[in-house]
Amino acid sequence: MNMLIRSIVGLIILIVLLIVPHFLEFHHQDLLIFLTINVLVVASYRLVTLTGEWSLIHAVMMGVGGYTATLLFLNYELGMWFTLPTAGLLSAAVAALLCFPLLRMTQFYFLIGSFAAGEAIRLVWIQFLDPFGGTGGLSGVSPPMIGDIDFMDPIPYYYLALTVVSICLFLLYRIEKSRVGLTLHSVHWKAPLAESVGVDTWRYRALAFITGSFFVGIAGALKVHYIGTITPNQYGIGFMVFILIWVIVGGYNKFYGPIIGVIVLTMFDESIRGFDEIRPAIYGAVLILSILFLPLGLESIPGKLKAWFIGSEVVEPPLTDE
Amino acid sequence: MELILQSIINGLIQGGLYALFAVGLVMIFGVMGVVNFAHGELVMAGAYTIWYLHAQQGLGYLPTVVVAVVLVTLIGLLMERFLFRPTRNDPLAGLICSIGMLFILQVIATLIGGEGPSKQVPPVFQGTLVVFDFLRIPNQRIFALVISVAALVTLWYFLARTKLGWALRAVALDREASALQGININRISMIAIGVGAGMAGLAGALMAPLTNINPHMGHNVIITAFIVTIVGGVGSLSGAVLAAILYALFHTFMTVYFGGTIATISGLLLMVLVLIIKPTGIMGVRISE
Repeated sequence: MNMLIRSIVGLIILIVLLIVPHFLEFHHQDLLIFLTINVLVVASYRLVTLTGEWSLIHAVMMGVGGYTATLLFLNYELGMWFTLPTAGLLSAAVAALLCFPLLRMTQFYFLIGSFAAGEAIRLVWIQFLDPFGGTGGLSGVSPPMIGDIDFMDPIPYYYLALTVVSICLFLLYRIEKSRVGLTLHSVHWKAPLAESVGVDTWRYRALAFITGSFFVGIAGALKVHYIGTITPNQYGIGFMVFILIWVIVGGYNKFYGPIIGVIVLTMFDESIRGFDEIRPAIYGAVLILSILFLPLGLESIPGKLKAWFIGSEVVEPPLTDE
Repeated sequence: MELILQSIINGLIQGGLYALFAVGLVMIFGVMGVVNFAHGELVMAGAYTIWYLHAQQGLGYLPTVVVAVVLVTLIGLLMERFLFRPTRNDPLAGLICSIGMLFILQVIATLIGGEGPSKQVPPVFQGTLVVFDFLRIPNQRIFALVISVAALVTLWYFLARTKLGWALRAVALDREASALQGININRISMIAIGVGAGMAGLAGALMAPLTNINPHMGHNVIITAFIVTIVGGVGSLSGAVLAAILYALFHTFMTVYFGGTIATISGLLLMVLVLIIKPTGIMGVRISE
């Protein structure tokens, strides 16, 4: 029965995802693509946070992927089939190098350390005009053409992005539910206990950090192939803060929490489009209110409603399966 | 030689200002355990107060400095009461709330000053002190140095010689034990953030005539404050002051010889290096779990 309901819900979601771009105007189709990419960004960030460490370098890692794809495309005219995985691999490689200094730290130190490392990378992009193009960044990246399909159009590119992101999400979900994922949970909630049974916490934190960076690198390449330009400021602390907001407002205890967060907030963002000047303040207020009154995020609302109607106290376990 | 001496002087003056806002960040972190990401925006608020009341409305500079300090202290107190107190048990929540506050303050600044180019405040104290015929120190900078040193000495006296200051340091060491001794944690938190924010406001007010004022100026401030805090040792006020001076000298020299961006990159790398080699900073003590 449960299985049946799930399949039906899954099917409905799939159909909606497939037909939705045809009912949108051009501007919203654009937005839909960014939203699809951002879903991958938050889902990969969640993998990093599974070990309980909040990094501030995720946005820059996306930029590493973006710059990789840009440079490969501009200098060697390599197509997307090549730049996409390479961008992921290079982000992962940079993350692997950063593991040595960064993962010596935890908590506050890790937060600040990752922020500093990210900012240093970003300033390198600003400083070295060749090859990174400085503050103005680089432009001229174009999406592929396969036969007659020009991926410059939003709709084909949306399907492309949707495919890539779906594959990545599936992999991320499998990782989280695998033995490795469960170990990551254990590193977060019971690090000393995990160590006592032989889990090398450093290795698992590194694994989460590197894998998360791999997927966000792919997201960066996906983005740059669509918009065609890349600048250091796209991946600054501003974007990082948005990632944090999406994850926290959505709720980071469940796999789909951050995804709900990014979808709801993107729609919310679109609905306050008229108030461009005060938009950041509205965001700030939403962030504060959700932390104060909904600390477990949007995904906790159904459980709360259930508890309210049925009258029983729903205990939120920190480590949940479904 | 002249360039080096001049850079040392400039670095020292800059160091005084760095120390002013870094000390506030350290105090807030020490007492309340929360990283105040909006600290740079508190400095920005101080600078904007000067720009709006002094440069636009024509109020005198010195009264405006007082207004700036009071105003930013009030902002800090409100943040403590409505953001940090309800989230006290969750440091991450406090951090996120301060990020929300950062956005709100930036928007308020944009609404007051409008978008467009950075604002300038003309120097109030005209003239330049010339030493040995080649060292030029604008009076405005001397004023900033004197006031920041005075503020830091006052803070030192408060922390080292008054009962309230002892209570504050006790809370920073161990919150629960202090509470058991009858120290009112809420009151101490209010004082810590009041003083911390007030000093950030003062730093902003002193910087206003020396720098470009825009809603995003807090970004560089918070980077500097983080570097200084980490290099000085988290939770160590004297370490923060020392690190502020050293870092300001370092940054000034790097800027003179390699340019501003390289200076900031090497500052960040320096900080990562300190985190690797000596995570407790130059003056920090290892706190056992």
